Amino acid sequence: MAEVSLAQVRKIYPGGFEAVKTVDLAIEDGSLCVLVGPSGCGKSTLLRMIAGLETVTEGTVTIGGLPVNDREPAERDIAMVFQSYALYPHMSVYDNMAYGLRNRRTAKPEIERRVREAAGLLDIEAMLARKPRQLSGGQRQRVAMGRAIVREPKVFLFDEPLSNLDAKLRVQMRIELKRLQRKLGTTSIYVTHDQLEAMTLADQLVVMNAGRIEQIGTAMEVYEKPATTFVASFIGSPPMNLIPAASDENGQYFGETGSRILRLRSSAERIVVGVRPEDIHLGEAHPGEATEPDSVAFTVEVSGVEPIGAESLVHGHTGQGHDLTIRVPGYAEFGAGRKLMAHASPKTLHFFDAGNGRRID
Amino acid sequence: MTDKRVSFSGLLLPAALLAPQLAVTAVFFLWPASQAVYQSLLRQDAFGLSVTFVGLDNFVRLFEDSSYLSSVQVTIVFSAATAILSMSAALLFAVAADRVLRGSTAYKTLLIWPYAVAPVLAGVLWWLMFNPSIGIIAYILRGLGISWNHVLDGDQAMILIIVAASWKQVSYNFVFFLAGLQSIPRSLIEAAAIDGAGPVKRFFTVTLPLLSPTSFFLAVVNLVYAFFDTFGIVHATTNGGPGTATTILVYKVFKDGFIGLNLGSSAAQSVILMLFVIALTIIQFRFIERRVHY
Repeated sequence: MAEVSLAQVRKIYPGGFEAVKTVDLAIEDGSLCVLVGPSGCGKSTLLRMIAGLETVTEGTVTIGGLPVNDREPAERDIAMVFQSYALYPHMSVYDNMAYGLRNRRTAKPEIERRVREAAGLLDIEAMLARKPRQLSGGQRQRVAMGRAIVREPKVFLFDEPLSNLDAKLRVQMRIELKRLQRKLGTTSIYVTHDQLEAMTLADQLVVMNAGRIEQIGTAMEVYEKPATTFVASFIGSPPMNLIPAASDENGQYFGETGSRILRLRSSAERIVVGVRPEDIHLGEAHPGEATEPDSVAFTVEVSGVEPIGAESLVHGHTGQGHDLTIRVPGYAEFGAGRKLMAHASPKTLHFFDAGNGRRID
Repeated sequence: MTDKRVSFSGLLLPAALLAPQLAVTAVFFLWPASQAVYQSLLRQDAFGLSVTFVGLDNFVRLFEDSSYLSSVQVTIVFSAATAILSMSAALLFAVAADRVLRGSTAYKTLLIWPYAVAPVLAGVLWWLMFNPSIGIIAYILRGLGISWNHVLDGDQAMILIIVAASWKQVSYNFVFFLAGLQSIPRSLIEAAAIDGAGPVKRFFTVTLPLLSPTSFFLAVVNLVYAFFDTFGIVHATTNGGPGTATTILVYKVFKDGFIGLNLGSSAAQSVILMLFVIALTIIQFRFIERRVHY
């Protein structure tokens, strides 16, 4: 059990590429922190620096109050689950799980006890004598987790552990992983590029982009109040609609509709208005008749509809040509080119500074 | 896998396509081999005037001949030592090359060069360096208090041909070991590092076991090399001597057949070597081809 903190951590590769740009992060003891971002955003590098597999160029990595910059991975009391599982192919499942304990000269009966216990927890007791190649993907994943669990480390590190599994198994393993983490209460850091996985798992969600942390918060905080346009477009599926708008002394124009949103106070001249696909409501155009008081109305020209079962995604664009996605319940049947009237409540709108992408409240 | 075999309607075309390969095999392999088998059953008098059929008598005599049995022993020592020395040196270089970041191409290229050197030249090269009167290594050894003279000392002669033969084979082994090392996923090594295994322990508990298919393959190739391709080295350096200290089986075939002109015995020895190669080939196909690739 330990908290993990990163203070002013940077990573610059020998070629001069700055993979991580001055990151500060504190992870509470026993919590599950998810680092999420597109590929190449530095999340894996950050995790590998915590693991000790990459050197830290600047700053301090602290585990359980102790700076670990100069410690070997083995001396940091961490366990890592790799995307490729990284099981030792020539060892049985039992030996795979026991390897780390044997290296630390744990007593044999203790190894036996811990391996059996972890195997029971993960439901892989029947496979202890098998070799990794005789196991399915999901089973290998369990063994990889078992190998981390038996060590009883201070911190678990997960590097996209579920991305090699098929979609159904991934959901199942995700739930199981969360349950297991709760049960063991071990501080965990989890890296993924899948925003859905990130949202469902995280106690603390860290959204990264281009080597920087964009936002830290709970999943719902990040979803409801994205700090930047990047977070707004990355978290949520389909992503938030972002429409540029202009500002003048009377307020902001939203699209071509002439609707003004006066409550906004910002010095930014050019802003971006964000609205989630589920916050836009369709209503047939009836000129001069507002569907809801204060609501922002605009027209949408449909370009296509994706029915996904319980709901449909209507893709279209505004009169000025900005792309929009609207989530509507049930099965929507609109031909391409159809003009629809839509509206959104001002309470559901998000505003960002078009210059630096930051949220304006 | 889907069946991608092409089926022919007639016999003529497939036969024509196979003919060149079969002809080469027949002329250069089957015919000489059958001649060796035939010769091994005959005995000629010293002047080559009369030839008699003696059945397996040539073989029986060989196994009663102490010089043949000692040659078997010499060959075993020589090939085992050559295989072990060249493979362990190559593995060491490969592990080093695997870590090199700068100049790795130059390093690898230089290491592959000795493979292009003909066995005779390799032999002469080492013979010169070990030469008791002008050799640099002999000079250094003398400085260390070791009197080196492989012309007189059988063990030293053996060391000389082992070193020369190993040196030439290191390149080949290096290429395979390097490829083997590079195919081991980095995450496995990292997982072992996190699991508390130091570099040495990682090498012996993870890397080496994962290299075992490569090592097994190379062991067979090196044995075949030491048995057959080292004739030039022996011929150019020790001539099988002093005495018969470095007379390996292939050299003995040559010595008995072409110098001693005992064609029947020489042919019988060839046949035994042939059987050995066949056995090694079978082992290689049966075990290597079926071995699980990690």
